[in-house]
Amino acid sequence: MKESIVPQSGPKPPDSMVRLESLTVRYGDRSVVDGVDLSVGAGETVCVLGPSGSGKSTLLRAVAGLAPPAEGRVLLGGHDQAGVPVHRRGVGLMFQDHQLFPQHDVAANVGFGLRVRGAGRTERAARVAELLGLVGLAGAGSRTVTALSGGEQQRVALARALAPGPRLLMLDEPLGQLDRGLRERLVVELRSLFRRLGTTVLAVTHDQGEAFALADRVVVMREGRVEQAGSPVEVWSRPASEFVARFLGFSNVVAATVAAGTAHCAWGAIEVSEGAVEGPAALLVRPGGVHVAATGAPAVGRGRPGADGPATGLGCVVRSRTFRGDHVVLHLQPERGPALEATCSLRTAPEEGAAVRVAIDPAETVLLPPSM
Amino acid sequence: MSDAAPVPGPPPPSGPPAKLRAGAGPRRFTAPALMVGPVVFFALFFGYPVAAIVDRGLRPDGQWELGQVGEVLTDEGIRQVLWFTTWQAAASTVLTLLLALPGAYVLARFSFPGKRVLRAVVTVPFVLPTVVVGAAFLGLIGRGGLLDDLWGLRLDTTVWAILLAHVFFNYAVVVRTVGGLWSQLDPRQEEAARLLGAGAFGAWRRVTLPALLPALAAAALMVFLFTFTSFGVVQILGGPGYATLEVEIYRQTAKLLNLPTAAVLTLLQFAAVAAMLGVHAWTVRRRESALRLVDAAATDRPPRGAGERCLLAGVLASVSVLVLLPLGVLVERSLRGPDGYGFDHYRALATTETGTFVVPPLEAVGNSLRIAAVATLIALVVGGSAAAALTRGAGRLVRGFDAMLMLPLGTSAVTVGFGFLIALDSPPLDLRSSWLLVPLAQALVGVPFVIRVMLPVLRAVDDRLRQAAATLGASPLRAWWEVDLPLVRRALVLAAGFAFAVSLGEFGATVFIARPDEPTLPVAIARLLGRAGEANYGQAMALSTVLMLVCATTLLALERVRPARSGEF
Amino acid sequence: MKRTSWRTATLALPVLLGTTFLAACGSESEDDATTAGGSTVTLVTHNSFEVSEDVLAGFTERTGYEVRVLRADDGGVMVNQAVLSAGNPQGDVLFGVDNTLLTRALEADVFAPHRAEGLDAVPEEFQLDAGEWRVTPVDHGDICVNYDRAWFTEAGIEPPQDLEDLADPAYRDLLVVQNAASSTPGLGFLLGSVAEFGQGGWQEYWQQLADNGVRVVDGWEQAYYEDFSGSSGEGDRPLVVSYATSPPAEVLYGPDPDIEEAPTGVSTGTCFRQIEFAGLLEGAENPEGGAALLDFMLSLDFQEDVPLQMFVHPVREDAALPELFTRHGATVESPLTLDADAVTEHRSDWVDEWTNLVVR
Repeated sequence: MKESIVPQSGPKPPDSMVRLESLTVRYGDRSVVDGVDLSVGAGETVCVLGPSGSGKSTLLRAVAGLAPPAEGRVLLGGHDQAGVPVHRRGVGLMFQDHQLFPQHDVAANVGFGLRVRGAGRTERAARVAELLGLVGLAGAGSRTVTALSGGEQQRVALARALAPGPRLLMLDEPLGQLDRGLRERLVVELRSLFRRLGTTVLAVTHDQGEAFALADRVVVMREGRVEQAGSPVEVWSRPASEFVARFLGFSNVVAATVAAGTAHCAWGAIEVSEGAVEGPAALLVRPGGVHVAATGAPAVGRGRPGADGPATGLGCVVRSRTFRGDHVVLHLQPERGPALEATCSLRTAPEEGAAVRVAIDPAETVLLPPSM
Repeated sequence: MSDAAPVPGPPPPSGPPAKLRAGAGPRRFTAPALMVGPVVFFALFFGYPVAAIVDRGLRPDGQWELGQVGEVLTDEGIRQVLWFTTWQAAASTVLTLLLALPGAYVLARFSFPGKRVLRAVVTVPFVLPTVVVGAAFLGLIGRGGLLDDLWGLRLDTTVWAILLAHVFFNYAVVVRTVGGLWSQLDPRQEEAARLLGAGAFGAWRRVTLPALLPALAAAALMVFLFTFTSFGVVQILGGPGYATLEVEIYRQTAKLLNLPTAAVLTLLQFAAVAAMLGVHAWTVRRRESALRLVDAAATDRPPRGAGERCLLAGVLASVSVLVLLPLGVLVERSLRGPDGYGFDHYRALATTETGTFVVPPLEAVGNSLRIAAVATLIALVVGGSAAAALTRGAGRLVRGFDAMLMLPLGTSAVTVGFGFLIALDSPPLDLRSSWLLVPLAQALVGVPFVIRVMLPVLRAVDDRLRQAAATLGASPLRAWWEVDLPLVRRALVLAAGFAFAVSLGEFGATVFIARPDEPTLPVAIARLLGRAGEANYGQAMALSTVLMLVCATTLLALERVRPARSGEF
Repeated sequence: MKRTSWRTATLALPVLLGTTFLAACGSESEDDATTAGGSTVTLVTHNSFEVSEDVLAGFTERTGYEVRVLRADDGGVMVNQAVLSAGNPQGDVLFGVDNTLLTRALEADVFAPHRAEGLDAVPEEFQLDAGEWRVTPVDHGDICVNYDRAWFTEAGIEPPQDLEDLADPAYRDLLVVQNAASSTPGLGFLLGSVAEFGQGGWQEYWQQLADNGVRVVDGWEQAYYEDFSGSSGEGDRPLVVSYATSPPAEVLYGPDPDIEEAPTGVSTGTCFRQIEFAGLLEGAENPEGGAALLDFMLSLDFQEDVPLQMFVHPVREDAALPELFTRHGATVESPLTLDADAVTEHRSDWVDEWTNLVVR
């Protein structure tokens, strides 16, 4: 394989840097990755999102060549990678727990990839310094890696993965072990860094916030299969299934029957778009679309109030309230149907135990395929 | 690795901070208090007897005769012995490492059916007495042996026989010491290196090898120590043309009763062994720090691809040739009777009709089990408290203590046996004719194994767990019962089993102690082999097979008990 | 379930160990009790000592003494241990010191005198300490070259008769001997050659043997079972240094105890005589019991038990030999012997010289 590991010297710029064609990986009889098709364009950041056991880490390992595919192909830069050993694929992988080499110091860790490629001492030192500067650890080269904090280890791992100039950088739960504040800051830093360097990135995470902040495109996986792929906005606004909706944190999902532009569910009849497929479905109501009013008063919301109908009059009891800084999340027990989650402003939030009436804003609903 | 098996986060590099370990927490015994027992045991049953016999040699009539030292050291024959001892040990060590490292890798990284059996099988030779192994090897590489039958190749009375037998004995040391650590190294370290562009071998060399180096050094030193002090193998397989320092000490003491020369040689061997143990203690200390280890259970997987399957097959083949074949020869000969194959020799073991023994040989099995049980108990108590002391203390004194307790492994059995005779000869310590002497001598050899097994596990018990128990209202004893015991229980059983197996096969110390008429298995085998007649030979082989099976069963049972984070064995 | 069995196992282990310990202690205290009663006599001996249970029981019945046996690895180790503990012995009687080691033991004042009953029936040639009576001869055996009958019949040549024959090119590459430095028969064979050719002549004889392809192995076991063709059939050499009583042993432990002729024979001109002695240990706790045991060892009961137990000949002329011995055993008319003092004085020099000559 004459292929170089440096991204810019590919024979002709392929439209997609990574392409997976019906990729299947099995452990024993179990298909951990099951017929996945996926492509990542050059310079694009794609984030695979899924719960534990959805096969997303295995997907990365298959691309890296650490897990052999049972079926399907992995193409990098348009070339089938079957038979190409790990170290000739020119991909970088940042492990979940970094896997820094404890016997080497920071500089030796970052320079490892250059060293095994036979780069000269001066060239290596310059590149290591450049990368340490890039990740904000200038001058830390002689420190031992075991003495670093979690965030610092993260940065060293990133610098190490970037040092050989991989054509694809893969991140396995890149921020998983860090605390919240650090995580949010690093996401922003990473995104701008990848933009600046034009790096092609394939990341996996179980944290939707991380995925949406980092990715140009999000791929949701479930039990080894791709459940939905699209831009963060698309996925967020139109989850493709109840699984995706629930995984994104939406809990207001109820079985419904659609007839003549109206979805009939336990919470009442809710207007949906004209073109909706008739028949059984699942209905998602965003918490922001559940408007709360004290009993007696008409439910008033920011959106267009629903037409006269039973929905305006759904009586609920406030089970609990959770402060989220600028708003409050209410957990409601309706008089019929499953529990409802609503958000409202701090000012208008009713007390726990209060009886309220809710109205559902059709604009904040999504019609999903019926659940099994 | 799927998402379902999360790997624990990096533990602090060397356990909880030192301050936490030393000061706080419920603590009932201090290191010095725990050291008293082992030190007294060691001084009484090792230091004193050995000193007494050396003293008798160097100060025969109350006068130091140190001129002997120079005389012995300049003797041409002794110099040859020293040179041979050293180079054969070095060669054996290199050969053992070369042959056993692939085995260590396969056992550490691959999961395959029969892995436990394999690990147990390769350990059987380590605990077999040399009489038995010598007979087995002669059946393989000697006159009329398998190689002779097939290719007319004879290796007995060549140095190759010695080297091969050393590999046979010490294969397990490398597999268990190096493989034990290897299985606890995170395989993703190598993967990370490969993703950064290192080839498979390059990744191993740059990432795994440095991490393994302390274990490799420790294993190499142990093999060197065992082969440097090799006795039975050299005598039986090497023939009269080869002598190690240990053989020479035996000859000077047991045959010629030339105590002055023996004393000088004993001191010489002591110096060499002490130097090795010093280096060993140092490597062990390095091994226990600075490495992040993971659960061994999570690091193995079935072999993939032709290369890995070939490697596995190669290791299985080499184990078959190096270990199974010699053991198989024993079994084959035990079954071969005058009228073809059968169990005649085994049946004969249970009777006294053939007249060799007043007690039937099978009673030797009972004797062996009983003596080994007592030896195990002593080794557990002494080794256990020594390990506990080593866990609690640090510093030069404690490290010296660790190395000291290993000294019996490198001391000639005849020195200890004769030392017992002249040192423990007056009341209240007239143990010369006591049945206890044999288990005591065996415990000397068992103690180092107990320590090596227990130490890493005891060190891994996080003191904060005891603190947590204490805050929940547990008394120190209760905290030990609830926290320590469950964590070290496996190691305790493993240590007991190892000490037991080692005692079962112990031959050297036993034969140099005049003992009550209760032959152990190895002694009974030696006695059977010492008589003419085909039936005696067959019965010796049958009894050897019995011993081998007892050892193998013990070891196999231990495989079920092996803690995920075990130490050297 | 798995946990439970675990717990059981770990609890069972200390219990098991504890019980065996107690059991062992129990048997020990019994011993102590009998020792305290003064009715035990302790015999220090080597690995080859055997006696029939009923014969020993007869001794206990007659004298009231229980015999406790302490064993060392071999005769040499045993004698050295006795020398080291001279004056404060491990037991009351020592059995198994032979004529090659006798002087070493006598010089170290290991034994106290006792003239055993029955000594009158022992020929004078065995009484090496007559007059002082520190040791009592008990048995004798001969270290001789054994030959594989079938091999010589097949080859159509006569088996060798004496030491000279072994250097004859007709017997080239046929003999296997033991290391004189580590093996009793090996040493005995070397001493036999010294007796035959003299202190200045044996070296030349061994040079001839070496030129004639003698093989040296470390121990008797290996020589007899691995290299000799006449016993287990594994070996390729039809001549081996062993004992005059090996042929009867081959018959007794062979496939057919009623066989007409033993599969091996003895070259009676190659035999070196070994005499085993017993003696009362100086400083013994129970000298009376020891003396009684010595007397017993010269009794006809014990003497007639000796052949089939230890495969040696009794020293008493009037002791009857078992049929196995009279049928298959060799009669050695004039064995080679050496003065015990000369052996003590020169033994290590001879062995060193021999080692340099033959092994290196």
